[in-house]
Amino acid sequence: MSKSKKGDTPSAVIEWLAVRKTYRMGDQDVHALDGVDLCIERGEYRAVMGPSGSGKSTLLNLLGCLDRPTEGVCKLHGMDVAAQSDDQLSEMRLRHLGFVFQSFNLIAQLTVRENIELPLFYLGWEAARSAERAAELAELVGLADRLEHRPRELSGGQQQRTAVARALAADPHILLADEPTGNLDSATSGQIMDLLDGLNEQGRTIILVTHEEDIAAHARSRMHMRDGRVERIEEA
Amino acid sequence: MIHLLKNSRTWRNVKLGINSLMLHKLRSLLTVLGVVFGVASVIAMLSVGEGAGAQALEQIRRLGSNNILVDSIKALDDDVSGGAVRRRMVIYGITYDDYDRLRESFDRIRRIVPVKAIRQEGRIGERTLELRVVGTTHEWFELVQRPLLAGRVLTVADIESAGNPVVLTEYGARRLLAGSHTVGESLRIGRHYYEVVGIVAGGDDVEGLQTPDERVDAYVPISTVRQRYGDISYRIQSGSFEVESVELHHLIIEAASLEDVEPLAEGIQVMFEHFHPQEDYRIRVPLALLRQAEATRRTFNIVLGAIAGISLLVGGIGIMNIMLASVTERTREIGIRRAIGARRSQIIAQFLVETTALSTIGGIIGAALGLAIPWLITLFTGLPTIITSWALLLALGISMGIGIIFGLYPAVRAAGLDPIAALRHE
Repeated sequence: MSKSKKGDTPSAVIEWLAVRKTYRMGDQDVHALDGVDLCIERGEYRAVMGPSGSGKSTLLNLLGCLDRPTEGVCKLHGMDVAAQSDDQLSEMRLRHLGFVFQSFNLIAQLTVRENIELPLFYLGWEAARSAERAAELAELVGLADRLEHRPRELSGGQQQRTAVARALAADPHILLADEPTGNLDSATSGQIMDLLDGLNEQGRTIILVTHEEDIAAHARSRMHMRDGRVERIEEA
Repeated sequence: MIHLLKNSRTWRNVKLGINSLMLHKLRSLLTVLGVVFGVASVIAMLSVGEGAGAQALEQIRRLGSNNILVDSIKALDDDVSGGAVRRRMVIYGITYDDYDRLRESFDRIRRIVPVKAIRQEGRIGERTLELRVVGTTHEWFELVQRPLLAGRVLTVADIESAGNPVVLTEYGARRLLAGSHTVGESLRIGRHYYEVVGIVAGGDDVEGLQTPDERVDAYVPISTVRQRYGDISYRIQSGSFEVESVELHHLIIEAASLEDVEPLAEGIQVMFEHFHPQEDYRIRVPLALLRQAEATRRTFNIVLGAIAGISLLVGGIGIMNIMLASVTERTREIGIRRAIGARRSQIIAQFLVETTALSTIGGIIGAALGLAIPWLITLFTGLPTIITSWALLLALGISMGIGIIFGLYPAVRAAGLDPIAALRHE
């Protein structure tokens, strides 16, 4: 990890070179990603757009260290994802990445506080310290009075804000947001996007997968994908 | 320490596990039912087995594990005539010569107690009691140790002088003396008079309990019995008139040490075989019986344990089944945890803790039930039961073990799920 901070291009947190991801479907190979080069710098705010089947999800899975490329090099903080063990990938997700999903993905039987504490639990934090951290984050996303509620007692917007708080708990540099407003009405969508915008202004790298133009407009660059390739990148 | 424990990850894992079990209370309860009954039956069966075994062992122990008992019995092949009235003399059993020979031949004998036993009616005033007159030596009291309640026991001098002292048991004394006078009373046995010199405890009358003494014993010097009654006795029984000649009815031989018992018993056996071509004796070795009883008890325990083990196995399979269902049901949760950064080992730990907590709770409930069942058995049937702490620990240990063994496969399966697929699972 120390290597990443002293890397050749200190500002590039994600570097990809000719990345392919091939799935075997029956007796046919499907190229979900077909030679993608990518360079994302610290503090970037990039939207990823494209029709379904264009490779957005695969891209996000690889960015999120949930999967390894079939070919090519994926580097996160200068470390080659393909060379990492399963435990090391878990560690990278835990420390460097925060996920925000379309369907919130909170654990139903845990309270808001316990959901936010989840990454801290895996980091081995003390209970008192993680409770304090969870309270701070709940305050930040405006859920200070909902800490002991269960997800089903919250509105969609509140659930997504809980998810954002959870993504921030371990203080990762990178947030990966997969259609974060897909299940929300436009008013709550606005709130969530304001939250993400704020986080980016504080210096966090955000990668936002969406197919909505007005959501993508929050990002500073937009990357269009088609058939597993990057079609074009437009700067805002 | 407790604070540390509370903050530790294990503790939080346990809390998490219990929380998720409490979410499905009925299901959790039904799941552990197999373990509950398995553990309960292990404890109940072992306690019944222990109780029965202990009773048998106690009986044998009363005979003395250092002792070898030789009894006179009527040889079987003697009985040939089928006539209506038989008049003949039967000579059998241990002889005075045997007694002397034993004393001279073996050096690993601590003491030999000869017993000449005759049934006679005892009488003091109006009170009578059918007594077993035990002609013996002072050594009887060293061997069959019963607390002396009053007076004294027989002495070497009594034996040598062939006098008329008698020692009664507590039971005999109660029946004959009725507590009025104790020592010094004159007791008539058959045609002869004796002086009561002492009373020993005894007369405990547990059914089936084998001890050399009986509660109707009256102990008198063997020399006196020999002089007064001789060796010949008459028996008139259902039309047949029998004359028997028996010199000694029993010999109780005490070995010098426990290691000597078995070789000594063998030597005695050989000697009796030589001098008694007809098998008119019986040699009993309590130690051998003890060993046999212990072996039987072990087998009994193994069989009971196996049966109980099968019910525990079934319980374990029940747990595994539910945990596999739970893993499927919680696929998405596993995906979320993995995406956040949980390692495979942490997912395994989570599920293992859950199944172990489940089976341990089942084990505790089962142990409580297992304690109640023997109590009820004793209450309603009077059968002795013994709950040993090792049975409790064993049952609890097994139930925890079952949680780990049967939880391992579902946990490994949960951890092996592909996070991406798990996240997409509905």
